[in-house]
Amino acid sequence: MTSRFWLIPGFVLLLGFAPGVQAEPPLRIGTTAVFLDDQVDFLSAWQEYLEQRLGRQVIFVRRGNYGEINDLLQRDQLEFAWTCGYPYVHYKSRLRLLAVPVFNGKPLYQSYLIVPQTDTHTRDYSDLKGTVFAYSDPNSNSGWLVPQYELYKRGIVSVAFFRKFFFTWAHRKVVEAVAAGLADAGAVDSYVWETLALQRPELTSKTRVVYKSAWYGFPPFVARRTVSATDFKRVQQVLLNMNQDPQGRALLKRLNLDGFVAGNDDLFASIASNMRQLGAQ
Amino acid sequence: MKLRDLSYRYKIPISFILVSVLVVLAVSTTLAMQAYQNAHRDLIANAEGLGKSLGRALTPMILRDDVWSAYQTVITPLGASAEELALRDLVVLDTQGRIYVASDPRRFPVARDLATPGGGYNRLLNTVQQNRNDAAQVVENEEYPELFVAVPILNDGDRLGTLILIYSKAVFLSRLYGAIGRVLGITGALLVVLLPLGWYWGRRMAKPLLHLTECVGQVGSVPADAIECNLDMGDDEIGRLGSRFKAMLEQLKEKQALEREMARANRLAAIGRIAAGIAHEVNNPLGGMLNAVSTLKRHGHPDPFTAKTVSLLERGLLQIKDIVGALLVEARLESHPLTPQDVEDMRTLLTADIRGKILHFSWKNRLNEPVPLPSTLVRQILINLLLNATQAVREHGRIECRVWRESGSLWLEVANDGRHIGERQMEHLFEPFAEAHEHGAGLGLWLVHQIVQQLNGNIRVESMPGRTQFSVTLPLGGDHADQLEIATVPH
Repeated sequence: MTSRFWLIPGFVLLLGFAPGVQAEPPLRIGTTAVFLDDQVDFLSAWQEYLEQRLGRQVIFVRRGNYGEINDLLQRDQLEFAWTCGYPYVHYKSRLRLLAVPVFNGKPLYQSYLIVPQTDTHTRDYSDLKGTVFAYSDPNSNSGWLVPQYELYKRGIVSVAFFRKFFFTWAHRKVVEAVAAGLADAGAVDSYVWETLALQRPELTSKTRVVYKSAWYGFPPFVARRTVSATDFKRVQQVLLNMNQDPQGRALLKRLNLDGFVAGNDDLFASIASNMRQLGAQ
Repeated sequence: MKLRDLSYRYKIPISFILVSVLVVLAVSTTLAMQAYQNAHRDLIANAEGLGKSLGRALTPMILRDDVWSAYQTVITPLGASAEELALRDLVVLDTQGRIYVASDPRRFPVARDLATPGGGYNRLLNTVQQNRNDAAQVVENEEYPELFVAVPILNDGDRLGTLILIYSKAVFLSRLYGAIGRVLGITGALLVVLLPLGWYWGRRMAKPLLHLTECVGQVGSVPADAIECNLDMGDDEIGRLGSRFKAMLEQLKEKQALEREMARANRLAAIGRIAAGIAHEVNNPLGGMLNAVSTLKRHGHPDPFTAKTVSLLERGLLQIKDIVGALLVEARLESHPLTPQDVEDMRTLLTADIRGKILHFSWKNRLNEPVPLPSTLVRQILINLLLNATQAVREHGRIECRVWRESGSLWLEVANDGRHIGERQMEHLFEPFAEAHEHGAGLGLWLVHQIVQQLNGNIRVESMPGRTQFSVTLPLGGDHADQLEIATVPH
């Protein structure tokens, strides 16, 4: 895995000196471990796809959590990022919505409350008193903000409601923690859980979805506001047109997505509303 | 049966086998103990090493309160080699003794007291909590089917918690039993070789002792002469015992031979006394009766019938006189010293007998001057021995006679190649009437014996198939000259 990880900079280096590539600075796209198996393979394939379409060098910058991606965006270290609705709303003044993935026909997703398959009595957040809870990332909407809101809605504000909670820094690991019994329950991105159910059914079968939240805007691609309108437009077009050609469709299939739409801030209004209610602005 | 009564035939091999078994057992036990201690030491060393490196890795995670990373860290060692290592669980406790994270969260749920699950770990928790030491701690208690190694998790000397590595004793023990099994297998194979070898050596070692015991056991039940034993058994203790026993056996044989000889001599003496007594008592009235018969014949003028009867009486009485005279070897006669010619006369006397049987007769008379011994008695000895010899030989047989003077004695030697004298005959050879047969009453050798006794001489008989020899030694210079005795020999 390590050697393959180093393939990316190596590959990038080769591309940098390759003839025919423009001297324009590369486009850097930040991403977290939102998606699934074969990340390195997939990212290099996607990178190649984007470079062909853009005629520009593209670099995927992988980080362990949304916080780091946010930092890089703030420090102008990234041009674009695939982040979450929650940080997008949080840093909206400095970001522009680039594209929103379409999952199962909608640019929307939910937060699932999952418990181990062995747990047959839990039906709702309110049954979770005294349990160990797994969140994915404090900058995640579905993995932090939504469960916080659900608890708040039920009048649960005490920090001592859970016996213990922790972050796994990735949705998939929430599923793993719940499946292993390390956590009694966890909040997970519906897109991740459903995609895992297709790719790794033996993992998701150890968990049970007990509660599905309201629909929220799907984790979007965002651009730094300082990115030129040309670059913004070019990248947006490439993403929106991905489902128009077989290569793009193949990549989307691997992502278990239907395509991208331009979207608008209305998609993320409920996130903003939740943030206000929780005072997390 | 007591052990001490057991034969060395079994005792020595059994000892060998016992020693082999004991040695093998001792070696097995030692090796097994060694294997156990090694396995135990290795396990503890491994556990401490693993615990320390895991502890270092866990420190930043605990500081960040990153339960998920801590979980991923503690499940790492439980890979494919976990079965081999017998490592079953890893548990991280926080400073309060609560479970921070564990490799099996269902068994050890996060943020619960370690003491809670099953209630079995209270003592472990107490032991671990009481340990304020920074060193790893091994908790091995019969109460638990597991072995625990507790390693403190430290950050700049502050204790963040404790990592407990839980090892299954069963897996550990099964590995140990495997090692013991292998040791036993090897030593068992060794025993299979050692036991028959031990049995064989033991039997071999006991063999001379058993042989000696058997030989000694024969003493008393079998005559010493009849004990047939090979007692050349080397120079070890049993060998020396054997040669000592051999010497004792020889002495016993000599003693028994001497006793037999004495018994024979005593018997002969007793017979001699009885014979002499009877002969003497018979002799007096016999003399009177012969006188009376003589007187009657000379002066009685008996009628022919009476004369015939008297003559019969006289012949009978004379025969009695002969026999009595033979028994009573004390009739004293004037006798001149023995001359070479006296000896030669014996040869002449025998000529008729020798011709009758066509014998080879070897005659060696080495005397060339008179010998101071009563000639009558010596002639008597010689003629009796020679007559016996001619009777013993078959036709074409051989008789040897040697007479010589040597170192103050006269030596007479008569040998023949006829029937030899059997052992039973030899026992009573010189007794009167012992050998009565068609040629005589059996008084010849008795007479010879008596004469030799009176002359302070010695008679020896050697008889084996093919050669029978009588050797007589008569010392010279005695005072026999005036004590000459004579006996008539009835043949």
